[in-house]
Amino acid sequence: MSSNKVIYAIYNDDDVLMDAVKKTRAAHHHIEEVFTPFPVHGLDKAMGIAPTRLAICAFIYGLCGLSFATWMMNNIMISDWPQDIGGKPSFSYIQNMPAFVPVMFEMTVFFAAHLMVITFYMRSRLWPFKEAENPDVRTTDDHFLMEVAVKGNEDDMVAFFQNTGAVEVKVIEKH
Amino acid sequence: MYTFSSKLKTLSIVLMILGILGIGYGFLNAPKNTADVEKILKDEEAHHGGGHHEAAAESTHEMPKVLSAEEHHAAAQHEEATHEVAEAAKDTASVKLLDTISVDSTKVAVAPVEEEHHAEAKTAHAEEHHLTAAEEKAHHEEHVNHVLHQLQNKPWSALYVACIFVMLISLGALAFYAIQQVAQAGWSPVLFRVMQGITAYLPVGSVIFFVLLVLCGLHYNHIFVWMADGVTEKGHENYDKLVAAKSGYLNFPFWIIRAAIFLIGWNLYRYFSRKNCLAQDESSDNSFYKKNFNISAMFLVFFIVTESIMSWDWIMSVDPHWFSTLFGWYVFASFFVSGITTIALVTLYLKSKGYLEHVNNSHIHDLAKFMFGISVFWTYLWFSQFMLIWYADIPEEVTYFWTRIELYNLPFFGAVVMNFVFPILILINSDFKRLTWIVVMAGIVILFGHYVDFFNMIMPGTVGDRWFIGIPEIGSLCFFIGLFLLVVFTALTKAPLLPKRNPFIEESKHFHY
Repeated sequence: MSSNKVIYAIYNDDDVLMDAVKKTRAAHHHIEEVFTPFPVHGLDKAMGIAPTRLAICAFIYGLCGLSFATWMMNNIMISDWPQDIGGKPSFSYIQNMPAFVPVMFEMTVFFAAHLMVITFYMRSRLWPFKEAENPDVRTTDDHFLMEVAVKGNEDDMVAFFQNTGAVEVKVIEKH
Repeated sequence: MYTFSSKLKTLSIVLMILGILGIGYGFLNAPKNTADVEKILKDEEAHHGGGHHEAAAESTHEMPKVLSAEEHHAAAQHEEATHEVAEAAKDTASVKLLDTISVDSTKVAVAPVEEEHHAEAKTAHAEEHHLTAAEEKAHHEEHVNHVLHQLQNKPWSALYVACIFVMLISLGALAFYAIQQVAQAGWSPVLFRVMQGITAYLPVGSVIFFVLLVLCGLHYNHIFVWMADGVTEKGHENYDKLVAAKSGYLNFPFWIIRAAIFLIGWNLYRYFSRKNCLAQDESSDNSFYKKNFNISAMFLVFFIVTESIMSWDWIMSVDPHWFSTLFGWYVFASFFVSGITTIALVTLYLKSKGYLEHVNNSHIHDLAKFMFGISVFWTYLWFSQFMLIWYADIPEEVTYFWTRIELYNLPFFGAVVMNFVFPILILINSDFKRLTWIVVMAGIVILFGHYVDFFNMIMPGTVGDRWFIGIPEIGSLCFFIGLFLLVVFTALTKAPLLPKRNPFIEESKHFHY
């Protein structure tokens, strides 16, 4: 059981891949990873992946941006140096608020967008000069690859994946 | 086929009866002449005597009207000035102050409000220069006359706001329907019959609304000041230079003809679109579908032009001294989101009764997304209009918001809370948009918010500070909601709720988001 072996089952059609994923899940084989050249609609659901929480992050980042903008404009325009600029009332934040709304809005969007993107990069471990992780170069073009951990009888598993319509089934020792 | 539930029918009839009683009560309770107004003013004085004008209490006992906050402040400052500086300085100060007030609010204000501030400014003046008893009496009479007009306008405006709001809801649904046709939306064909049911109110609502417009023209009320006698006549006591200059556009015959053209145009589209949709069910090719596509595209062009003009005619001309260029869009956003919300609410009701088997929560999710998005769009236009005018602070424009913020503070900002803050926080969540009770709750708040929005657009120009959401307002709203339910759900019983041969109906049945 403590082998590092994995099976690479390679498909050349996303419908076949979806069927294979469902069968694999039904047979209780653990899918390590699926590599596809483009997003396959419904794949995450078929694999049973938990929904992303990125939108919740973005909402919170947006609130941070809104708070920051409010604090900044209040500090600069009201607290620090409340000048009379063209008759705008700078006695309190609320009095001059309409003038700050464009800033507040843009800051909210800016924080929400950028911090969410950075969160995405960090969570998916993407950065410049990162070494690519393709198990097979064809997966970026027109092939789909499912990586499954080998547990139990290796030959049975190979036979199983050949039956799911794979064009190629390889057993690889992973380090 | 849908069968009108007897409970709902009873509810709509009860609403209509209660509404008529409320409307009647409003008209009976409106003062008939100045003597009634004198009595009302006396009662009011007794009710909140003193408390409101502490700062100016010594000298303003005879003040017929409670000062608004800004002038109140001015008056207080003024008092200080009188105590601290010499006579001469005092006089200049007072003139200056009065100048500011009149520039701010009188010069180019909304007509009724204008009179009001005249009265106030003059009373303030009187207090300073000790006007003679005769002059004071004249001012008082002017003021009483003004209040009489406001109070007589109240039941009419209540009727007008409810009538235009409910009619525009069905117009909003019609615009949404036309857009769905032209966009060849794959998700919405299962909802087409629901939308057609909602737009069935349009012919009924249009007739009532048109009658109301004709009554305005026949001087049954003072909703539109530019219709008053002698407004365009030089030398007449009602003469108004600014309105006279606009009389090429704002005159009753042209105005009512425009209204007729708009209402007929919209109703024609509705009639033929529904006819073609029903004919498509029985047809063997897609010719009726294509016809509908074409007339929908033409309707949308006609709609956007007439919608803009409609908003100037029926809403903006309540304040004929004021104008705003994005007003048409703003009004559009307001009733468009109400129309979409109504579609969602009616759909959810029918679904809960088991009549819409092909509507799933992805359809609801899409409608809720539209409610959310167009609510934000409304807010964007609301804020753009407000902020541009607030920022530049040009007197002839800013009076519009000045009266609203001073006199309608809660409805004015409450509308933003109900139409923006609430939906953005509730409907931002994708899971929430699929929950019936969330969408219904958000929908009710949005609809009520947009009623208040229309209330804010009409009332300040017609009843000024005499507004109240009381029996006439609620009664009118009840009547039109009852009528709306009766007409819409009757129309829904007339045709199957699922179009048969729409080219996108299969896609729509299996729509999944």
